[in-house]
Amino acid sequence: MSRMKIERKCEILEKKQLGDAIYMVLGVGDIVSTSDTRPGQFVHIKCGHSRLLRRPISICEWTGSRDGDTLAIVFEVRGEGTAWLARREAGDFLDVLGPLGNGFTIQDGPYLLVGGGIGVPPMLGCAGAAGGSSTAILGFRSKDKAILLDRFASDCANCLVATDDGSLGYHGFVDALVRQELGKERHYQGVLACGPKPMLKSVAKVAEEFGVPCQVSMEERMGCGVGACLVCACDMADGSRKHVCKDGPVFDSKEVDWDA
Amino acid sequence: MPDVNLSVNLAGVTLKNPVVVASGTFGFGREYSQFYDLGELGGICAKGLTLHPREGNPAPRIAETPMGILNSVGLQNPGVDAFIGEELPFLRRFDTKVIANISGNTPEEYGIMCEKLSAAGVDMIEVNISCPNVKAGGLAYGTRPKLAAEVTEVAKRHAGSTPVMVKLSPNVTDITEIARAAADAGADALSLINTIRGMRIDVNTRRPVLKMNTGGLSGPAVLPVAVRMVWEVAQAVDIPILGMGGVAKGEDAAQLMLAGASAVAVGTALFADPFTPLKVRDSLAEIAGKQGLSAVSGLTGGVKPW
Repeated sequence: MSRMKIERKCEILEKKQLGDAIYMVLGVGDIVSTSDTRPGQFVHIKCGHSRLLRRPISICEWTGSRDGDTLAIVFEVRGEGTAWLARREAGDFLDVLGPLGNGFTIQDGPYLLVGGGIGVPPMLGCAGAAGGSSTAILGFRSKDKAILLDRFASDCANCLVATDDGSLGYHGFVDALVRQELGKERHYQGVLACGPKPMLKSVAKVAEEFGVPCQVSMEERMGCGVGACLVCACDMADGSRKHVCKDGPVFDSKEVDWDA
Repeated sequence: MPDVNLSVNLAGVTLKNPVVVASGTFGFGREYSQFYDLGELGGICAKGLTLHPREGNPAPRIAETPMGILNSVGLQNPGVDAFIGEELPFLRRFDTKVIANISGNTPEEYGIMCEKLSAAGVDMIEVNISCPNVKAGGLAYGTRPKLAAEVTEVAKRHAGSTPVMVKLSPNVTDITEIARAAADAGADALSLINTIRGMRIDVNTRRPVLKMNTGGLSGPAVLPVAVRMVWEVAQAVDIPILGMGGVAKGEDAAQLMLAGASAVAVGTALFADPFTPLKVRDSLAEIAGKQGLSAVSGLTGGVKPW
């Protein structure tokens, strides 16, 4: 049987604004050291008593230590739940379920790490897991929305940025930079991507053209977060419907039905 | 806590405690078995089965509403044979009652599934005639007394000695009509309520949040409806009732039991707190104890209407 799942109260150790997003470090006891934590997994956080559904938030990075493990999360205010979460301060406690889901499968790098907007933070965990030799390609709407650039610069061999309005780095979408990188001689183990679905679709297409394996982190409205309620359906290329929380959130890009 | 007997009888099946988990919220138990021993539960209503596998509806399938959620899963399941072959043996590892939940497109399909499940040795069969999220069968059977009776009869005829519990829809004018029809057709128990049809619209996009436009409402928002309907049905029929709809704490469960339920199911509350069924069980025992009852079953039907 797999490891026991954990639900516990976790203290917010640190909170800061990161562009439009909020960065929080949670004290999570021994969650990291007693679970099989992988980049791309998420935690399911209760956002007040009046909201019945937890909110799934991707794990950005984590540490394991004798004084207590920590998890860092980064989220944007999307609705009432995340607005409630954004009002919590350091010292407050959160009801956390996790880590949940299947993360990225990472062996020795280098990988091409592709993040878009709020899909950028989970790629930082990938950068660490891949051993520092990877290339990050990060997409933002504009320069003032760009986050974690210094961290990626130090955890990756190379960090490229694209903005929709050209205010920082390449003017355009990340898939053009993916094409440029994959066109070089460098041998990438694979492409790992997290971001909006149209971005994932175009990145998956480029990776397939170059014959490079591609893993994508999908998003869907969730219920239980553990695979019991079956609401977070993701249409697969073979006509089946898998579930983002349990089968994903990370899928092989060739498994996904991109036209659904 | 005083020593309160927790066991209850539901249509001849002894549940070690009155708290079961509601179909569709607990899968086939595998996920929540990672949180606690499923043997702590009175019973498990397994995810709704159909004769053939179904992939269900497109996402989004869930929307949050004031003290509730809407879902439109659409009976995604691996089919009755896969349940018997792969899921039932797993559930049998736990000391709890297994209640299979079935939906058919035709009365014949209900019959075939009952035969298979009875032969496989489930403890009870919950006949779903109230799913709001499928086009064929489902809700259609649950809103017409004659069809409800027909499905119940066919199910009973094919279920052998396995008790048949018919799950009722609240999406009707008079639930006692359907309840009587099912009871007269031989149902051993009734479970209610299934979800209430609802809709949520994203004002900015003007799109319904659910891809199917409408879905079924559950959660604390529906508790008073469930209590009222259990109360009405309890007065209309003589068969036991599994009450459900919005149970999140012991007091909610006690209300349903006082209204006439012999046992209760916890569903949506699991999503916020996987341990809800165990907390409801303990709290129910405490409530019964405080009221001087030696058994939690003493709550059933104890409401004192004005």
